[in-house]
Amino acid sequence: MLNTLAQAFALITTWEVIVAMLAASVYGLVIGSLPGLSATMATALLVPVTFYLSPIAAVATIVAASTMAIFAGDIPGALLRIPGTPASAAYADEAYAMTRKGEAELALGAGVWFSAVGGIAGTLSLMILAPPLAEIALSFSTFEYFWLAFLGLMCATLVARSSPVKAIASMFIGLLVACIGIENPGGVPRFTFGMTNLFGGIEPIPALVGVFAVAQVMRAMLTPEPPPIPRRKFGSILAGQWKLTKKYNWQMTRGNIIGIIIGVLPGAGADMAAWVSYAMSKRFSKEPEKFGTGHVEGLVEAGASNNASIASGWVPSLLFGIPGDTIAAIAIGVLYMKGLNPGPTLFTEKASSMYAIYLMFIIANIIMIPLGIVMIRLASYVLRAPRSTVMPVIMLCCAVGSFAIGNNIFGVVIVATFGVIGYVMEENGYPVAAMVLGIVMGTMIEQSFVTSLIKSDGSVFPFFERPIAAILAALAIGALIWPVLVWVWRRLKRAHAPATSAG
Amino acid sequence: MSKKITRRAFAASSAAAAAVAGFGFKPALAQAYPARPVTVIVPWGAGGGTDATARIVAALLEKDLGQPFNVVNRTGGSGVVGHSAIATAQPDGYTIGMLTVEISMMHWQGLTELAPKSYTPLALMNEDPPGIQVSSTSPYKTVKELADAIKAAPAGKFKASGTGQGGIWHLALVGWMQAMGLAPNHVAWVPSNGAAPAMQDLAAGGLDLTTCSVPEARAIIEAGKARSLAVMATARNPAFPDVPTLKEAIGIDYSTGAWRGIAGPKGLPADVATKLTASLKKVYDSKEFKDFMSNRGFGTVWGDAAQFAAFMDKGDAQMGVAMKAAGLSKA
Repeated sequence: MLNTLAQAFALITTWEVIVAMLAASVYGLVIGSLPGLSATMATALLVPVTFYLSPIAAVATIVAASTMAIFAGDIPGALLRIPGTPASAAYADEAYAMTRKGEAELALGAGVWFSAVGGIAGTLSLMILAPPLAEIALSFSTFEYFWLAFLGLMCATLVARSSPVKAIASMFIGLLVACIGIENPGGVPRFTFGMTNLFGGIEPIPALVGVFAVAQVMRAMLTPEPPPIPRRKFGSILAGQWKLTKKYNWQMTRGNIIGIIIGVLPGAGADMAAWVSYAMSKRFSKEPEKFGTGHVEGLVEAGASNNASIASGWVPSLLFGIPGDTIAAIAIGVLYMKGLNPGPTLFTEKASSMYAIYLMFIIANIIMIPLGIVMIRLASYVLRAPRSTVMPVIMLCCAVGSFAIGNNIFGVVIVATFGVIGYVMEENGYPVAAMVLGIVMGTMIEQSFVTSLIKSDGSVFPFFERPIAAILAALAIGALIWPVLVWVWRRLKRAHAPATSAG
Repeated sequence: MSKKITRRAFAASSAAAAAVAGFGFKPALAQAYPARPVTVIVPWGAGGGTDATARIVAALLEKDLGQPFNVVNRTGGSGVVGHSAIATAQPDGYTIGMLTVEISMMHWQGLTELAPKSYTPLALMNEDPPGIQVSSTSPYKTVKELADAIKAAPAGKFKASGTGQGGIWHLALVGWMQAMGLAPNHVAWVPSNGAAPAMQDLAAGGLDLTTCSVPEARAIIEAGKARSLAVMATARNPAFPDVPTLKEAIGIDYSTGAWRGIAGPKGLPADVATKLTASLKKVYDSKEFKDFMSNRGFGTVWGDAAQFAAFMDKGDAQMGVAMKAAGLSKA
């Protein structure tokens, strides 16, 4: 193994790999931090470039760019309340609240620091635990995925600050949006109104860009400039992170573990990891009332979780060629193109290349800290720039980004439409993040439910018979009736209390 | 930051504007084709198998014809948007594209008017036949055992997957069932979001068989979690020499496949089409193309313009029969 590690090290210490990795890192940071441009797009646009690179350098660019872009999505989330990815949408409100309190550097510092820690934890799990983790991935059938998606959807009510009823309503709007298109189990067009462009359905990313970025621009046009954040020097970014690490050690570890497990499940990925971790953090926090007011605890756990899931998401990709998410799907394409065919032989015959990939993950997460700090410093100027210059630029990014995804002008129409929807919803107190969650999870929950029923000939018992499904079902149903039990208990106690005091 | 964004965004948008302007040029008839860059439209996303194939073909065409061949992914509408962009482009040879098997399926479902006849076929480059895969824990060791068990079982007992409802691998199953004299839905189809999730569910014990192509199943097979019993093809895949064809194994002469080919809009000038087909033949014969395709486990099949047209017509009719039988056709 030491020998392989040495070979792997030799593979990545060539000028080509180092330059490719640095360039891809900067590129990933810039694309990820521009509102409206996503990590998936950053990776997809790299594909033509990888044609001209050696296999290891090609994989290096994908690893570096995707790692950076996922973290960088937190930057506009914190500074402008425009999350760069569905994953950062879970905690964008929280991070923005911290910025308004003047703690932007703490929020973003936590983002970069715990992302790096999570990424390294995820990579170590990939190195040590790949085979058993792969077994977990292969023990999940549609029955288990149904419960997982169900649990994911329940996070909508936990995360939202508004009334749970409005959060659920938003989530249902998201589920309705997820119904659009022909990519449903029946293969029939639904809500397409005969429009070819709607056949493919609404992707979460354009919807996300619309409801957050475009709606934010609309709000900015209609509301007076908010009181400027006190002008002062942007403080140290890393200071205090070590203290947070010690204080929230358990939250960080829990985030890492949840991230690794969810990441390894194909189709679930970073988005669900961040939501579940943020919701768990709030649920088990000693001070849940502080959540949503600019409290760093949830950021620690969710940040650690989503980057851990990126690395572990490569496990099913590398072992079985099953992509964990859209970024991994692109990465698999590049691996095949470069003759590094996914499969167990990659771990035996091409072990040095495998270790080279591991090393690149670790290096990417380490250089993310200095590069991320530079990026945060540059980005912080946006807080001082007048709104009238920032907003048009955001609008331009949204238009360019939504067009570039499919070279299709319809993407721009989708973003604009969701901008209006997002604006109206927010103005009436409906949390848009819950709708994004609905869009992300909708396809998965429908697909897993319908296909499960086809497989069981309409019987619902297999949803509870398979061992993992049974555990997940117990968790989901428990979480569902727990608040009801608490409510009944309080009612009884209150009904009892006045009776005794009166008597 | 805001200055930085402006500069970058400006560069990006001006690049986009230049690309759009490229479509508007009138062909320079006086010069020999190609006199300027050619756009190659891919109806599917970057990073997938179709995208990769188109990019290698474009790179080799560029080498042969001396003009840039730029791959543009026009996604959306489950492939309809990109296919329609190829069909409606100016027929001057400066916009061509990669057609996939969906073009012979979508019109039967009433999703589009586009059909193989909407194009000028140039060359067929690839075909991947469906395989028949079972989990490594499955009791069926050969396709004969599996076929006998399927015949003996009540309709709907066996569950298969590999792609969405009405997708190519679903129709492969329907065709196979019909060739065995069974009802098209004798094996129930469980729709999935593609071959990878279906293979995962097969390994997780949720399915009895999958009918995706063998290359798509390769990683799971090599991991020892599944095995391939047969291919629905006329010949074995050289990359998987141990997997017999259906005809060899159980005497059923049924074959189909997912294919990719290059075509232009209808009405492409004959000299341009001839030149492109000749160049595509060179691409097909090149070592780079062969190596690339065998690396990814993709099958290579050559068909010139006339053969490609005949191939699409035959496939189109076959799909129509299978889709009507499966109750998927609106025509």
